[in-house]
Amino acid sequence: MGYTMNNRSMPSPRGPRLLQWLVVLLFALLAERPLLAAGKLNVVTATQDLAAIAVEVGGDRVNVLSIAKGYQDPHFVEAKPSFLLNLRKADLLVVVGLELEIGWLPPLITQSGNPRIQPAAQGYFDASRFAEILEIPTAQVTRAMGDVHPQGNPHYWLDPQNGLRVATGLAQKLSEMSPGDTAFFQQRLQDFRRRLMEAERRWDEQMKPYRGRKVITYHQSWPNFVKRFGLQVADYVEPRPGIPPSPAHVVELITLMKRQNVKLILVEPYFDLKTPQSVARETGGQVVVLMPSVGGNKDAGDYIKLFDYDVNQLVKAFQQAR
Amino acid sequence: MSLSVAILLAAALSAGTAQAQESPAPPSVEGLQKAQDERIRKLEEEVQALKAAQTAAKPEPAQLGGAGGAAAKALNPDISLNGDFLGAIGHNQVRPVPGLEMHEAELGLQSVIDPYARGDVFISFGDSGVSVEEAFVTFTALPGEVVAKVGKMRAAFGKVNSTHNHALAWTDRPLVTENLVNGEDGIDDMGVSVSRILPAPGDLFLEATGQVFRGNSGVLFTTNQNRDLSYVGHLRGYEDLTENTNLEVGLSYAQRHNELGHDFLTKLQGVDVSLRWRPLRRSIYNSLLWRSEFVWSQRDQLPTRQKAFGLYSSLDYRLDQRWTVGTRFDWSQRATASNQLDRGGSAVLTYWMSEFSQVRGQYRFVRYDGRQDGNEVRLQLIFVMGAHGAHPF
Repeated sequence: MGYTMNNRSMPSPRGPRLLQWLVVLLFALLAERPLLAAGKLNVVTATQDLAAIAVEVGGDRVNVLSIAKGYQDPHFVEAKPSFLLNLRKADLLVVVGLELEIGWLPPLITQSGNPRIQPAAQGYFDASRFAEILEIPTAQVTRAMGDVHPQGNPHYWLDPQNGLRVATGLAQKLSEMSPGDTAFFQQRLQDFRRRLMEAERRWDEQMKPYRGRKVITYHQSWPNFVKRFGLQVADYVEPRPGIPPSPAHVVELITLMKRQNVKLILVEPYFDLKTPQSVARETGGQVVVLMPSVGGNKDAGDYIKLFDYDVNQLVKAFQQAR
Repeated sequence: MSLSVAILLAAALSAGTAQAQESPAPPSVEGLQKAQDERIRKLEEEVQALKAAQTAAKPEPAQLGGAGGAAAKALNPDISLNGDFLGAIGHNQVRPVPGLEMHEAELGLQSVIDPYARGDVFISFGDSGVSVEEAFVTFTALPGEVVAKVGKMRAAFGKVNSTHNHALAWTDRPLVTENLVNGEDGIDDMGVSVSRILPAPGDLFLEATGQVFRGNSGVLFTTNQNRDLSYVGHLRGYEDLTENTNLEVGLSYAQRHNELGHDFLTKLQGVDVSLRWRPLRRSIYNSLLWRSEFVWSQRDQLPTRQKAFGLYSSLDYRLDQRWTVGTRFDWSQRATASNQLDRGGSAVLTYWMSEFSQVRGQYRFVRYDGRQDGNEVRLQLIFVMGAHGAHPF
């Protein structure tokens, strides 16, 4: 039971006018539709690698935008509201999958208000379904292993054959969404395949003398790359994925590199170079900053140039490490 | 090996049959040998052709596609548990807290429900019992780019109100929340929420949210009659100033009847400002967040309406992958007695063992109503088990 009030000193509630206005505004906006670029599919990708592949296939018949930049850690992208401005207009969302984007993409998809790109909708494309996936756990996965991905290693785009597989799947998806452009997408796919095969012959020739060599990598980002080019990962700078290197692990790493005569430490551009450099000094090794993604630097401007850059850097480093 | 045996057997049988048929005129040994060789060659060709056809028919290598969908339990919701353990030393006679406390264990169940909606449920276990902190369905496939939520949820009033304990940068909540926005529980009620991104010039992100609640959020909002609903509105503007820096400003409004009766309203207005800096190339090592919230409260009560104001301003800086330092200034009048003013300050140090556990220390000084001082060091352990969904920005 509450008190009664004097109407003069305390006005009775007359309804929330602000909210009424908000509701009116909301209904008025229901009629408004986002203005899509005429005749073009709007494609948003999680990473620049997928954007580069989408451009290879879609050419000027699609608008392509990437959320993450090639020089940032794709595990730790901030779910900025500004990304929603593009996601709300997207016809197709291309994701890496395998929980790479689990820390930031799901809330963006939910908040986008765009039914076309919700998981399993026609405009949701999980590129991992088309790729060869490595390091799929076969036993119980726990966080004691660090930040492991229970469905396999998500850095699969670092095998050019996976890039081609994703491009093939994407050409099919774009053709479904824009049937009139099927021949165009297929022609671009064939052209991409031809150029990629030529490039692969070149990369194979360059890497041939170094097949079987051991390297250290900072994070577990390179299983597809090292498998494709015949390298071996002896150990990682991170003791476990996502866990910063401890002094004890650094000592182990130095011992291992000396014992096995490992000379190269491959580091992604978004990791601190301090620890890898001190390990390199102790072992007479060398730190090589490789680009894990298109756009990692200006030389890695498209999917083929990404491998051109990484292979050239590796060859140069192997030559110096003789 | 087995293939060769099969070919030889087939050849032998064929040879035997041929011999039986041609018995009236036995061929020479060389002829038989030739015929056998010819048949073996043809059979080998057939086998090779079949093997090639079989290989070509293989769609893709067996490894393609990862392990997704392999497990029958894949349709279970994501289950997580966030633990929040608190310890405190020092003295605070106005708002004392236990020396050691398992403050909260928050169970999260999150899943897509169907092609049109997802569900998020958070159940909080603590010293005061078990409560449903949030349990709502988000409708993601509505026309007109509208996102609607139905259920129990933390209201979109400012920033701190909608943030769970484990996601805060402090061991406590600011004084303005304690004094004006119903403390730790905040505005957390059953209702409906509708939000939509609004058209805006340039790259400005503008979002409006309207919420209607039953009207029960502790003493702040209390239902006296069925029609005594409470209302919350939130307008949020965001812009990337540079690639690494962004600014967010929010305006909030909440209104409802308070515990004194149908004719007694409490109205809240809020402004929140967040300036963030996080360099993309060094995102796991360095970041800075300055955040302030200002709340104006107008509460109907006897003998006179109380108008109170409060604010907090905080600054957090990530030093490296493991360490974050922060500070917070608190200033707030009390909702029921605006002549009483509480002021305080905090210094916070957080150690990130991993993404999934943190240890935090906070020194907090509060001068309550200009008379009584609280001096405390609070320690916190936060951990997360399982698949806890990402928080909205």
